[in-house]
Amino acid sequence: MLILKLLLRNAFRHKLRSFLTILGITIAILAFGLLRTVLTAWYSGIDASSASRLVTRNAISLAHPMPLSYKEKIRMIDGVKAVTPGWWFGGIYKDRKNFFPNFAYEPATFLEMCPEFLLTPVEKMAFIKDRKGCVVGRKTAARFGWKVGDTVTLDGTIFTGKWDFTIRGIYKGRDKNTDETQFFFQYDYLNEKMKKTVKPRADQVGFFFISVKDPDKATDVAIAVDKLFKNSYAETLTESEKLFALHFISMMEAIIVAIQIVSYIIIIIIMAVMANTMAMTTRERIGEYAVMKTMGFGGRHIATIIFGESFVISALGCILGIALTFPAASIFSRTVGSTFPEFIIQPKTIYLDIAAALIIAFISALFPTWQAINIRIADGLRRIQ
Amino acid sequence: MMNDPIVEIRNIKKSYQRGSYVIPVLQDINLDIKNGEFMALMGPSGSGKSTLLNLIAGIDKADSGTIRIEDTEITTMSETELALWRASHVGFIFQFYNLIPVLTAYENVELPLHVTSLPRRAWRTHVEMALRIVNLTHRADHYPNQLSGGEQQRVAIARALVTDPTILVADEPTGDLDRTSAEEILDLLERLNAESKMTIIMVTHDPRAAGKAHIISHLDKGILYNADTQAAP
Repeated sequence: MLILKLLLRNAFRHKLRSFLTILGITIAILAFGLLRTVLTAWYSGIDASSASRLVTRNAISLAHPMPLSYKEKIRMIDGVKAVTPGWWFGGIYKDRKNFFPNFAYEPATFLEMCPEFLLTPVEKMAFIKDRKGCVVGRKTAARFGWKVGDTVTLDGTIFTGKWDFTIRGIYKGRDKNTDETQFFFQYDYLNEKMKKTVKPRADQVGFFFISVKDPDKATDVAIAVDKLFKNSYAETLTESEKLFALHFISMMEAIIVAIQIVSYIIIIIIMAVMANTMAMTTRERIGEYAVMKTMGFGGRHIATIIFGESFVISALGCILGIALTFPAASIFSRTVGSTFPEFIIQPKTIYLDIAAALIIAFISALFPTWQAINIRIADGLRRIQ
Repeated sequence: MMNDPIVEIRNIKKSYQRGSYVIPVLQDINLDIKNGEFMALMGPSGSGKSTLLNLIAGIDKADSGTIRIEDTEITTMSETELALWRASHVGFIFQFYNLIPVLTAYENVELPLHVTSLPRRAWRTHVEMALRIVNLTHRADHYPNQLSGGEQQRVAIARALVTDPTILVADEPTGDLDRTSAEEILDLLERLNAESKMTIIMVTHDPRAAGKAHIISHLDKGILYNADTQAAP
């Protein structure tokens, strides 16, 4: 008990130094937690993807379209349950900062393929029936104050012009990681407008979204699709929805790797700061440890006191850092809008925070403890004089 | 019992290595200290007084020779064995008191009990008794910085006594005190020796302090000269 009291009092012996060290750890844990959450958010779409869905795109790149006629040919392939053409629309609502993902699909097929987007039967029917109808995720609707029946105008970037839509439904996510920021509208609306305005772009498709009957045979279906269009003028590349999403993310791999490196560098920097604090405190108290050794205290006791002090400081910084990560993440999430479908601090991030704090405490106390244990008593006592 | 040597030092040699130089500190020291004796070790700075005291207390190791304390040879003990032995056999008093500043007087006195086999329920009695001996019961909850130098040294004496050690070693216990406080500390040590028959070995520069001891030994350049007996213990 007295040893515990001693290490606790030692931890706050130099109040300013302890406060600054705790503050440093707090900021490091906060930054580390936020960066890890950014990384998790980046990959959250992948976790939400289904194993029974495939995406077919032009083998050259996503920017190259495919003919709509492929749809029926794909549908005929053994193992295919349903297929819908799709376009990344890239529309902007009023300002570029109001980003949210928007796509054109065949409504009935798409909603059947994606049961994770929950709509009422009335909303579903209204969306299918209205050529200019759209469905929007709960988060995006809440963000702009939209409700069913509202008219929304998007400025086309890939498909230029003003595009009016009527909100026919606001979907909720079935799963925790379902993206609730998306905006869907009818492929026919887009295609018909293309026929009237930019004829060469009519009956073209950005990608096909395919659902398979048996997820275990998804690879066979993908191979069959690509084989079918081999040597055509628009060869295809078919991959699982997860892989498709991963390709998107890999385009930003350099940024992701940079974030990962920075998150670890922050921990290394604070470890150096903490190690310096512990080295200073041990150097100041080396005489006291020598006195304790004189009384018969062994290395185990000295190690308990130094490691204990290091863990107390680190734990306080960690607790404060974790506590601040939640409001900081909330502010960050609001600032970046719907860049990330979900920006949630995962339990794994908290465990990583705790692990980082433990590593900081352990490494920082290692050398000072070794020093205090191995110093000759006579030399330690001489330091007091 | 009184005439049995409690400390037997035979042919002790000690030197320090400073770079490529070997500096002899103690040369062929032989000394017997009887149970209940109050001995003062005097000598100029660098004569080896503190080194000899450290060897007797088991906090330093001799190059050769033997030291027996109460029939236990400590020169052959490992560091761990020595630490355990010190915890129950030696009480230390330092020149600069060396109290732990974040612990109260009571807690400082209690500290050495953590490494003894004394049952926890007996700790309070021991601490209170030690504080009573040094007449500081009323200052038990005070921190070292709230005590005068003399009071701090009395707490250090209580801390040295609390484990009921075989020998009490004091390295310049009055070296950092004013005359009045030094006198109080010396009276306290004298009383401890007289009333509790505590064996005390004290290193000092001060002839007045040494005057309280029964025997005064002189060290010069690592050589111990004949002990002067002042009074029968």
